[in-house]
Amino acid sequence: MAVDTEAQFHVLAVDDSLIDRKLIERLLKVSSYQVTTAESGIKALELLGLRDEQSTSPSPSSSSSSSLSANQQEIEVNLIITDYCMPEMTGYDLLKRVKASSSLKDIPVVIMSSENVPSRIDRCLEGGAEEFFLKPVKLSDMNRLRSHLLKGKSQVQENEIHQNQNDQKQKEENGEVSSSNSLNCKDSKRKSREIEELSSPERKRQRFPSSSLVFIKKK
Amino acid sequence: MDVSMLQRTYSDLLTSLFREGILNQQFTELQQLQDENNPGFVFEVVSLFFEDSGRLINELISNFNQQAVDYKKIDAYVHQLKGSSASIGAEKIRSVCQTFREYYDKNDIQGCYNCIQPLNQEFVTFKSKLEALFTLEQQIVAAGGSIPMMRH
Repeated sequence: MAVDTEAQFHVLAVDDSLIDRKLIERLLKVSSYQVTTAESGIKALELLGLRDEQSTSPSPSSSSSSSLSANQQEIEVNLIITDYCMPEMTGYDLLKRVKASSSLKDIPVVIMSSENVPSRIDRCLEGGAEEFFLKPVKLSDMNRLRSHLLKGKSQVQENEIHQNQNDQKQKEENGEVSSSNSLNCKDSKRKSREIEELSSPERKRQRFPSSSLVFIKKK
Repeated sequence: MDVSMLQRTYSDLLTSLFREGILNQQFTELQQLQDENNPGFVFEVVSLFFEDSGRLINELISNFNQQAVDYKKIDAYVHQLKGSSASIGAEKIRSVCQTFREYYDKNDIQGCYNCIQPLNQEFVTFKSKLEALFTLEQQIVAAGGSIPMMRH
């Protein structure tokens, strides 16, 4: 099979039902997303790099055992879609853990449920979920993910621009750069173009920021 | 056997499954997710369902036959079964699960109990019909034909 050279959005799908995991995986793949599935919130957090119950960052000396096998590595994802009703850790619990984590809070989270309970939906949306899907999830629902994914990416790019501009300003003040304007413009223009490219249906290869709040380095 | 005959039998069977309410629109959604790159998707998911629900229904039956019935456990099983049947478009099974849960919410034990046999029956019917459908599919493909697409 040919290697996919186009950068794809990576979605983490969490559901305790094997059938539903297969379904959501297929829905996402058909919609051209890269997919990783997890059978529980705990497993999802491990994959995202939150192993310990209390801490929000992986600690090398942590005594809590990680059940990630030698082959499994931490993943970086652009969106999390999770079932609400799961044993031990509900989709809502997972949502709260993600939003409470400095490294993961900007990842958009979508909740799925087979039950149409308005109070539950409100609670999830107020808890920071982007959207609530009623199960069974359909192919048409996949279109609704795209806007959340693009929003997440643009946010990162915008943060980068501001960071660059601040750095530039700092350099000017230190007298390091003389012709700063053109450099600034070029950088800003490049970043703006990247944002435009993100919105286009044809996504070109993107350069992921090396130090970012959102992404964990993929090995 | 003649390919067009197989195809006609297939179409008739599929149409009747929808007409009788054994399958709903969600099954069509599943079929739409299948393509040349993933030709066994529906078969794979439905097979998982056979396994999964077979097990769940056995658990239900054995739990109901116990001295002290654990209704919370039973409700959890039915919730699971309702979810997976909804996911694949097994409408009648889903519907009986729904009825069960309505009785459960009203603490109507008898009502709950009365759902178990129909649930088992619907499952047996569903399994045999879908197995027949898959067998026809295999025969059509083996005879060099293509599976008729249904519009619902």
